[in-house]
Amino acid sequence: MSIDLETPTAREPGGPPPLDTAGFLRWCWRQLTSMRIALILLFLLAIASIPGTVLPQRGLDPIRVTDWIEGNPTWGPLLDRLGFFDVYAAPWFAAIYLLLFISVIGCVIPRTRIHWRAMRATPPPPPRFLDRMPGFRTWTTCAREAEVLDKAEADLRARRWRVDRGPCWVAAEKGYLRETGNLLFHAALIALLVSIAYGALFGWRGNVIVREGTGFSDTLTQYDAWGGGRLVSPDNLPPFSFTLDDFRVDFERSAAQRGAPRMFEADLSVRPEPGAPTEAVMVRVNEPFSVDGAKVFLVGHGYAPVLELRDALGRVVHQDGVVFLPQDGNFTSTGVLKSPDATPSLGFQGLFLPTAAVDDVRGPHSIFPAPDDPAVFLSAWAGDLGLDSGVPQSVYALKTEGMTQLGLEALRPGQSWDLPGGNGTIAFVGLERWASFQIAHDPGKEPALISAMVALLGLMMSLFIRRRRVWVRVADEGAGVTLVTTAGLMRSDEGEVSEDVDAAAQALGERTLA
Amino acid sequence: MNATSLAEWSNVAVYSAMFALTAAFIAFAVGFAARGQRVLTPQRVAVGAGAPVIEAPPAPVAYPAGQRASHIGLALTWLSFGVLLVGLVLRGLWAGRVPWGNMYEFSLSSAAGILGVYLVMSLRRDVRWLGLFITGATLLTLGLAVTVLYTEAAQLVPALKSWWLVIHVLAAVICGGAFTIAAGITLLYLWRERAERLDRVTGVVTKLPDAARLDTLAYRILIFAFPLWTFAVIAGAIWAENAWGRYWGWDPKETWAFITWVTYAGYLHARATAGWRGRRSAYISLLGFASFLINYFGVNLFVNSLHSYAGL
Repeated sequence: MSIDLETPTAREPGGPPPLDTAGFLRWCWRQLTSMRIALILLFLLAIASIPGTVLPQRGLDPIRVTDWIEGNPTWGPLLDRLGFFDVYAAPWFAAIYLLLFISVIGCVIPRTRIHWRAMRATPPPPPRFLDRMPGFRTWTTCAREAEVLDKAEADLRARRWRVDRGPCWVAAEKGYLRETGNLLFHAALIALLVSIAYGALFGWRGNVIVREGTGFSDTLTQYDAWGGGRLVSPDNLPPFSFTLDDFRVDFERSAAQRGAPRMFEADLSVRPEPGAPTEAVMVRVNEPFSVDGAKVFLVGHGYAPVLELRDALGRVVHQDGVVFLPQDGNFTSTGVLKSPDATPSLGFQGLFLPTAAVDDVRGPHSIFPAPDDPAVFLSAWAGDLGLDSGVPQSVYALKTEGMTQLGLEALRPGQSWDLPGGNGTIAFVGLERWASFQIAHDPGKEPALISAMVALLGLMMSLFIRRRRVWVRVADEGAGVTLVTTAGLMRSDEGEVSEDVDAAAQALGERTLA
Repeated sequence: MNATSLAEWSNVAVYSAMFALTAAFIAFAVGFAARGQRVLTPQRVAVGAGAPVIEAPPAPVAYPAGQRASHIGLALTWLSFGVLLVGLVLRGLWAGRVPWGNMYEFSLSSAAGILGVYLVMSLRRDVRWLGLFITGATLLTLGLAVTVLYTEAAQLVPALKSWWLVIHVLAAVICGGAFTIAAGITLLYLWRERAERLDRVTGVVTKLPDAARLDTLAYRILIFAFPLWTFAVIAGAIWAENAWGRYWGWDPKETWAFITWVTYAGYLHARATAGWRGRRSAYISLLGFASFLINYFGVNLFVNSLHSYAGL
């Protein structure tokens, strides 16, 4: 599929397919590696990418995917089966790019062979009628023929042309690197695809939420979500750990873009391996830190109100920060507290508002992301939490079937609420922050970057270097006068060769135009 | 000078740039209208004796008055470009960062990108005939910026605080300028090519360069823009790896950048393939520009993307 400038028609197979198997396969191969099919595949690739930008995608937003399918009972499940909610991992998407890359390979290999031969060949002698060629110039000189040719050869060689010399001519060619760059570009794209595949097979990535003052160690069970390539063993994660010592955040307070985040940064104590001394590290957005082959990125943050719960017997059954997940830009957050140890078992659905406001339309909501006027709205439930049923439960959702609602209450910091029916007391005693981290290991990203840079280099070579020829011919006019003729040929699809011819002529000291 | 007056001066500069550009537009229009009204000397292709006789169509030669008008237009375009840059710098000073925080600022930068690419072209060849279309497109961009997209300057969200913002966006802005100009020339090419094909080169069409020249010019701009676009995408991937922990995530902005890249790659291949040159590859390059526009307007305004920084 590489750009074939010299013989554009060479790769346009025509005619019907032959009927025998071998002939048919060869015909298929020629079709696949033809420029026309490559172009069609390129467009298919572009068109196939579009649905993924219109429909929600599992990889980016799984919740919106579920909503979409529920909202479109006819189309949703059908599109889901066809892979439209995971376009870039769909078999049909892979089929297009794999065919495209086979096409590229089928084109690059024979062209490499041709180019290899061309690079070692000598430039062809001048055509009979140089005056038909671009940049044609002719003049006479008193220098001897051999002198002129010597001079021309030396000059062209000095300017790094590939030169061949005949009895009465010098032929020179330049710009072989154009095709080299072209092949390099396409080979680098293949290398890029291989790097991406390598990263997908051997890489892994996980997400974890860490509250201020608590820690994380890199084992599978500590992640909230973890995904790895097929060839990754989750048992052999690098054994580092860290503690989130402090988390700072700042929001825009002026009218323009009010509430937009302006800064957030986390202070960590990192222990690269068990028993090693800890190091202090600051992590910000755009400034991840690397440890033991893994990179730790700060990707999000939120609030964890500290709730103290006493049950009906007066025992403290919970006293810790509870992670609430932000639902909007002003950090209206939802969270759940489950206490199976309380008597009776208690569950709370909560809404945390860093700057609380209540109106008729939206109900309780937050109007600014910083904790200027925090409040927790709690809905208390008593009864079986369903934790013993064996069905795994989200820590962020309360199954209220089989439970009785005790009541609703809004709490400000320091306030407490005696649950109705003497079921205990809950108090909002403080506020912590949490930060979420993405921890990723992608062994394919360095090869991918190198491939991309090589592709860019090859691309520039193939677009900016022009392949061209220059000829110098001499003829004895008698009486010690030599007729010199020069001309050139542009072998790339556009551009002017006359500048090169002029330069060659100038080097020969052209004075009088014939 | 306090912060508010910096912002005001920035707006003054932008409006002044638009004013100068309007004047340039008028001057270019006069120059364009005067093109080809009188052919002073039929131009011949400079070839040696015995060379194949290529009958070059006589190149339109402007009236001296028209020539002067388009000279003035070019000078005013330089002025407008300078003033617009001042406006951008003031805006950046006001906000204390590079002026690429929302769509208003992107649009100002794109306008500067279009003018910048055009002016660099004008240093190398005579492209005054193109000035009318360039200034028109830029005025449209600026008009959209000051009316629909205007946003008060604010700080950047943390994900944008990176040197990569400068590198990635600068490359994308220059590409935007180059893609726009190439698309404009391609439209003119299709117009002129149709007239030539139907043998109806009359009226306004005569004022355009011939189709082959338009095609080559668009190609030269695109072979400059395509590697730069490749670079912009790579720079974006490096930055994404730093900010979000993955270098490619099929975010809508990334995907449309990819679609734009693939389409322009298709254009370059088509232009080198027999049977696809000319009109067909011109249509492909217009599709590439369409996907670039979708990426700029569509993704910023209508799609939920990590890149949705419109600030509206």
